[in-house]
Amino acid sequence: MNIDSIQNGVVIDHIKSGKSMDIYRYLHLDELDCQVAIIKNARSEHMGRKDIIKIDTPMEVDLDVLGYIDPDITVNIIQDGKLVEKKHLALPEKLVNVIHCKNPRCITVAEPQLDAIFLLNDPEKHTYRCAYCDTEKKRSI
Amino acid sequence: MRNLIDVTDLTKEEINALIATAEDMIAHPADYQEVCRHKQLATLFFEPSTRTRLSFESAMLALGGSVLGFSAAGSSSTAKGETVVDTVHTVSCYADIIAMRHPKEGAPFAAAQRSEVPIINAGDGGHNHPTQTLTDLLTIHREKGRLDDFTIGYCGDLKFGRTVHSLVNALARETGIRFVFISPEELKLPDYLKQNVLDKNHLNYEETTSLEEAIPDLDILYMTRVQKERFFNEADYIRLKDTYVLDPEKLVPAKKDLCILHPLPRVNEISVAVDDDPRACYFRQVKNGKFIRMALIQQLLAWNA
Repeated sequence: MNIDSIQNGVVIDHIKSGKSMDIYRYLHLDELDCQVAIIKNARSEHMGRKDIIKIDTPMEVDLDVLGYIDPDITVNIIQDGKLVEKKHLALPEKLVNVIHCKNPRCITVAEPQLDAIFLLNDPEKHTYRCAYCDTEKKRSI
Repeated sequence: MRNLIDVTDLTKEEINALIATAEDMIAHPADYQEVCRHKQLATLFFEPSTRTRLSFESAMLALGGSVLGFSAAGSSSTAKGETVVDTVHTVSCYADIIAMRHPKEGAPFAAAQRSEVPIINAGDGGHNHPTQTLTDLLTIHREKGRLDDFTIGYCGDLKFGRTVHSLVNALARETGIRFVFISPEELKLPDYLKQNVLDKNHLNYEETTSLEEAIPDLDILYMTRVQKERFFNEADYIRLKDTYVLDPEKLVPAKKDLCILHPLPRVNEISVAVDDDPRACYFRQVKNGKFIRMALIQQLLAWNA
């Protein structure tokens, strides 16, 4: 199977197999006009199988969202057909409007125009807590 | 901007300084009666309260300041659909400092993002109530002479009891504290507090459903009301509301210097027959609340001057 290599754009690599569509949705890639290739179940030496997303346009990728989804993902920036930067991710300290609080007593549920802010609570357990009501949320993607 | 949203917004040293100031205000009230002259406190109570609102207002008046505000959401623009952030932002244009209570958790944190003056959380749902915690700490300090090395039992609604949550957070920073949590299974302390505060700091605690078994070991007993307004289902409230009733008989095996606290109002959980027991500290606690709020208002205004 051949997918053309891109000249200027972004390659999101080392996505856990089966998670590429979640990333497609979270990054709103459906709103792009350029070519976007989703490669599912690609062979990987380290991961066995992985997903890859190739985006054929330069764009700012929300690294916080990606870091939250999977901190092991790598983001490759391609310019003139060459890899110019490889970004390694980490769990972000703060998430704004990525996930939302489900506590019915939280002010962000009653007034949804407020920014949904979550702070990293336990990096080992990948848990976040709502900055407003302290409700804990486990990474659920 | 320095606010007081959660008691952990204050360092242990700052809390000790507030307690020292409050003690001095109790001893020499005349020295402080002009320190907030020409300053205005807005009390924004989106949820009914008698004690806390009047305590704040009394505190500001005792400092020579004045007060404005409302005591129910129905008498504010909230009734017209205004957001809490907009209401507080508007009032912050009129006042020098705001004390707010709201039924939703995190409302004071949201308000503080846009307020032009310091915000004091006067209670946000079942989440936090930091000025009650400062009141509790001042009372413990006055009754016991220290804030460390004791066994404290919390009894009643530990799930929705915001005063419990805040006091656990504050005492977790002291040394030699042993916590005993006495509650029905349905109203146990939330997991996030156990994991993030108690377990993380390797603190000594136990959970039980029996007040009778726990009481002989306690130096402080913190009673709480099962709060009807926190339940979605009235049947659950009725089933749980009278689980614990402290009466003179239950106090027989207790220590002679036990300190009984309650954030008030009480319903049935402390018999009125206990009120005359010298170990009942809860009305002295009410009085302390005014002085610690005086110290806090003065300090927040100074920090943000």
